[in-house]
Amino acid sequence: MNTTIPLSAQLINLCAAVILLLAFAMLAQRRVMPLINLFGFQGLVLAGSTLVVAVTTHQAHLYWSAGLTLLLKAMLLPWILHRLVRSLYVKWDVESLVNVPTTMLIGIALVIVAFNVAQPISLLSHTISRGTLGIALATVMLAFLMMITRTKAIPQVVGFLAMENGLFLAATSATYGMPMVVELGIALDVLVGVIILGVFFFQIRDQFDSLDISHMEHLKDD
Amino acid sequence: MTGLLGQLFAILLALALAPLLTGWVNQCRAWLQSRSAPPLFQPYYMLHKLFRKDVVLAHNASPLFRTAPFVVFGCMLLACAIIPSLSTDLPFAPAADTLALVGVFGLARIFISLAAMDVGTSFGSLGGRREMLVGFLAEPALLMVIFTTAMISQSTSVATIVETLAHRDIVIYPSLAFAGIAFTFVSLAENARVPVDNPATHLELTMIHEAMILEYSGRHLALIEWAASLKLYAYSCLGLALFFPWGIAERDNVLAMVAAVPLLLVKLGIGGFLLATIETVNAKMRIFRAPEFLGTAFLLAVLGLLVRLLLEIRA
Repeated sequence: MNTTIPLSAQLINLCAAVILLLAFAMLAQRRVMPLINLFGFQGLVLAGSTLVVAVTTHQAHLYWSAGLTLLLKAMLLPWILHRLVRSLYVKWDVESLVNVPTTMLIGIALVIVAFNVAQPISLLSHTISRGTLGIALATVMLAFLMMITRTKAIPQVVGFLAMENGLFLAATSATYGMPMVVELGIALDVLVGVIILGVFFFQIRDQFDSLDISHMEHLKDD
Repeated sequence: MTGLLGQLFAILLALALAPLLTGWVNQCRAWLQSRSAPPLFQPYYMLHKLFRKDVVLAHNASPLFRTAPFVVFGCMLLACAIIPSLSTDLPFAPAADTLALVGVFGLARIFISLAAMDVGTSFGSLGGRREMLVGFLAEPALLMVIFTTAMISQSTSVATIVETLAHRDIVIYPSLAFAGIAFTFVSLAENARVPVDNPATHLELTMIHEAMILEYSGRHLALIEWAASLKLYAYSCLGLALFFPWGIAERDNVLAMVAAVPLLLVKLGIGGFLLATIETVNAKMRIFRAPEFLGTAFLLAVLGLLVRLLLEIRA
């Protein structure tokens, strides 16, 4: 009954499902280092899915974006974050996440919303990977949720980067990617953003002796 | 006629093989932990010994306490009878679909928990309550796994599901992968295996299943131990039937059914070894982490269901 789906679409669907699973894994991960590794792995799967789309549709620029994703999101950014974590001595930071199951249930609700919202949009699209649009939207929303629930600075940045992963997946699945210039611009933005945030981390730590963002909610030391 | 014979053969095979599977898992576990392993047939010796021993009952034990082992054993036997292990041609299969199968497991759980509380020892009620907690969390996840497979095959009957899954074209189902991982989590919890419970200890702080059966002795204990083996066998066969159904015979195919026996043995052997590996590399988690563990299983199962809806039906 499912014989009409070509193999490449199945592979793309599998990649998208794994990306969604990794988004949930990141949401539940308490420790910093595994979180960064999960993010790197998500980038790897994203590059893989982009490559499959590129091979099936013979779009030359998608090869470039797959390579760029691999280089930037699966290697360079995790490496930078690893170095930051080491030099900030927060390698063993454990986030006191309140109630993982509740967060997970909220996540499931978000996924259902995302799937329903994306369904009519993806019907308008004629790309091979249009089914994954819902997953891309869900990944973006889960990354948002992660940024909301975390109090430490580095997991928030990882959430921000994971959101970019989701947007990239959405772009590939809905329209076979953005023009090369835009893609390069975004990649550079993300890179520069992480470097600037790295500088911020040091400033935050100097000021508050920890990377806990909740300290920044008070304007003065009363 | 062949159907009835096949059904009878499947039940007898389950009764005979279940303690062997338990023994095999224990042996693998001992090897992996570099201990000297107990004999492969140790569970049989155990059952033989227990069946010969006298039953000692507490003074205030009610009839419920005495009937519970038989009910639990009957439930597990029924479960083994309706889960296709060798052939999908099972005359008993219409008796219960997959939802009722979850109910059969639930009935056994309720009876064993009530019996544990019956005598009124503190360990018994502690174990019974913990068992209900784990069961209450594991059941929805198991149901979601079953819904995913039922959506693929458009039926909740176990035999039909397995028939559809065994004779499909090679298609990658991400939803089945999710469901498979969730099912592994649930089976670990339901069979009192390591991340949730440790079948090898009698440490009062951690035990769940062992705490419930502390008061049992003699043939009652033998029946409960046998039922626990049957439960492991039933879950293994259900997992194999849902996620690795290749080789299970169709209707009126005696030859394929005979060929399915060694294949089943090989699959159970590999499954038992993997179970022992999981038990060796994981540490037992605190009882309060169990909701998180089973919440993850539920999450994975729901994700499987959603992915099925989004990616596989419409595209």
